[in-house]
Amino acid sequence: MAHTQSANNASPVLEVKNLRTHFQTRRGELKAVNNVSFSLARGETLGLVGESGSGKSMTCFSILRMIAKPAGKIVGGEVLLDGTDLLKLSEEEIREVRGKGISMILQDPMTSLNPLISVGKQVAEPLHLHQGLSGSSLWDAVREVLALVRIPAPERRLKDYPHQMSGGMRQRIVGAISVSCRPRVLIADEPTTALDVTIQAQFLKLLKDMQKSTGLGMILVTHDLGIVAKNCDRVAVMYAGKIVEIGSVRDIFDRPAHPYTRALLRSLPKLSEKHDRLPSIEGQPPDLLDLPAGCSFQERCPHAMPICRRQEPEQTEIAKEHLARCFLVDEEAEA
Amino acid sequence: MSSSLMRFREIRRHFPIKDGVFVRREVGSVRAVDGVSFDIEHGKTFGLVGESGCGKSTIARLALLLDHVTDGSITYDGTDVREFSSAELRKFRHSVQAVFQDPYSSLSPRLTAGAIIAEPLVVARTLSRSAIRERVAELLETVGLPRGAEDRYPHEFSGGQRQRIAIARALAVNPRLIILDEPVSALDVSIRAQIMNLLKDIQREFGIAYLLIAHDIEVVKHMSDRTGVMYLGKLVEVADGDDLYLEPRHPYTNALMAAVPPSHPDQEQSGDLLPGDVPSPVTPPKGCSLHPRCPLAEKRCAVERPELKQVAPNHLVGCHLF
Repeated sequence: MAHTQSANNASPVLEVKNLRTHFQTRRGELKAVNNVSFSLARGETLGLVGESGSGKSMTCFSILRMIAKPAGKIVGGEVLLDGTDLLKLSEEEIREVRGKGISMILQDPMTSLNPLISVGKQVAEPLHLHQGLSGSSLWDAVREVLALVRIPAPERRLKDYPHQMSGGMRQRIVGAISVSCRPRVLIADEPTTALDVTIQAQFLKLLKDMQKSTGLGMILVTHDLGIVAKNCDRVAVMYAGKIVEIGSVRDIFDRPAHPYTRALLRSLPKLSEKHDRLPSIEGQPPDLLDLPAGCSFQERCPHAMPICRRQEPEQTEIAKEHLARCFLVDEEAEA
Repeated sequence: MSSSLMRFREIRRHFPIKDGVFVRREVGSVRAVDGVSFDIEHGKTFGLVGESGCGKSTIARLALLLDHVTDGSITYDGTDVREFSSAELRKFRHSVQAVFQDPYSSLSPRLTAGAIIAEPLVVARTLSRSAIRERVAELLETVGLPRGAEDRYPHEFSGGQRQRIAIARALAVNPRLIILDEPVSALDVSIRAQIMNLLKDIQREFGIAYLLIAHDIEVVKHMSDRTGVMYLGKLVEVADGDDLYLEPRHPYTNALMAAVPPSHPDQEQSGDLLPGDVPSPVTPPKGCSLHPRCPLAEKRCAVERPELKQVAPNHLVGCHLF
């Protein structure tokens, strides 16, 4: 597939428009991704934040069309990678995009690596398939990416199997595989959740360094707003399959508009403060098969108004590039 | 000191590594816990924080008497646990309960929530069937689950609600101590705060002591009256309440705090991140086990093993620099 590499850095590398992914279940249709839109600029990091079941992972899987069939189906929208709609590509063409155009790091490095193949071969595979490298140039490239993710003595590590490595090192191997073919977009789905705290910080720093040297756009999926604060340029907060607020990291931390975002920020434990009780979000995450009419957050929202139970809030622009789905910020809405 | 409920003195747990095809020979050992001492006070929380492989879950198993120490002693309520009669052991099993990390695998999927919570009561054989039903209803209310929850199965609950069921089960037989092994790390951030608040309320109401084990220093800080920081099977720093967080001394404690993501984009990351990986407990580094990763390591750190020293009232640090 021929990509027309856009020279204009201002145009987004990835644009997701009105993406909808539904699953057929015995209890009915589940709208895992419900009209999600966002864009990602070159070299930018977008944080995708939400609770489990909010649709953040499904959004990522939908971008690469890795939705389990036949239960799941992308029912609408566009995913534009430098202007090419990935949802319109043939199976063969989308395979070319996976790993080369957009690559992905998953949560658990133990299950995303093959335990029976040496790490050297696993790093070599995409380089061989996508770049057509072989022989000594292939192994030179493998050593180069291993050095990029700071594997000490990569020469000695090539023949190691995943179980011989620590969790942090395994995740760095996954990182090496994902950037080896110089993708334009990297999706990191909870990349540090399975790692130890001191290793977490190391790995996030590595991701940022790799981004700086390659200029790739990154989607960082996490349920931890703390990780977002230092590592992201913009943040999208998801709830029940929708983006309820999106804005710059400053907007989200200094001027959060949606009650859910505000509650998430309040419930972050802070080392510097002493609370006897942590402020928490009461109630449970919603059942996606049994969503109330109107706003999905109404049952947990301290500001719920009668209109929230009747009507679904539209996305409203609060400031430039800062949008929220809430009647509190929608001045035209009448309570 | 006589008020301690449970005391651990220089406990060690070494797991032998065997090799050989016909003759199994011991070729080494994993020093999962290597000389750890601390006390759990009545109605108070002792928090243990450390990364995977530091031995904190082994301590949980030792505290539950699911495993035996290689060396050292554990006393419960003034009695050495090795001298327990079978009646005393049975009593211990009631008065010390546990809540585990993953509420998806710690609850039987084939039992209703009511049956799960009732199980310890059925085993105890002290209550009639109708009294058990009443007690289950009372426990559900205590942990904040809705009426009718007793007839539903674990898969019908969210992660946070499942952890509430696990807490209700632990409370059923009026324990004096609950071992909390990573009680909130499998939960969403928004639900974590709920469960931590619930655990604190329960402690206040029933006067139960907790041994809290977590890798997240923020969770431990919020919950604990006294905290021990573990690295490779040893305690490297032990301090009361906020002392540890206001004046951390050990370089590893500092590194754990530096690794906490900042809560605001403007907040400066404090301290240095540790380079490298946690070494294998089979071949721990000589001297201070942190020295290959420590930014402040000196020559003697590679040779001499530091002992825990008192640096302030109730504040112990195991580092040559103090």
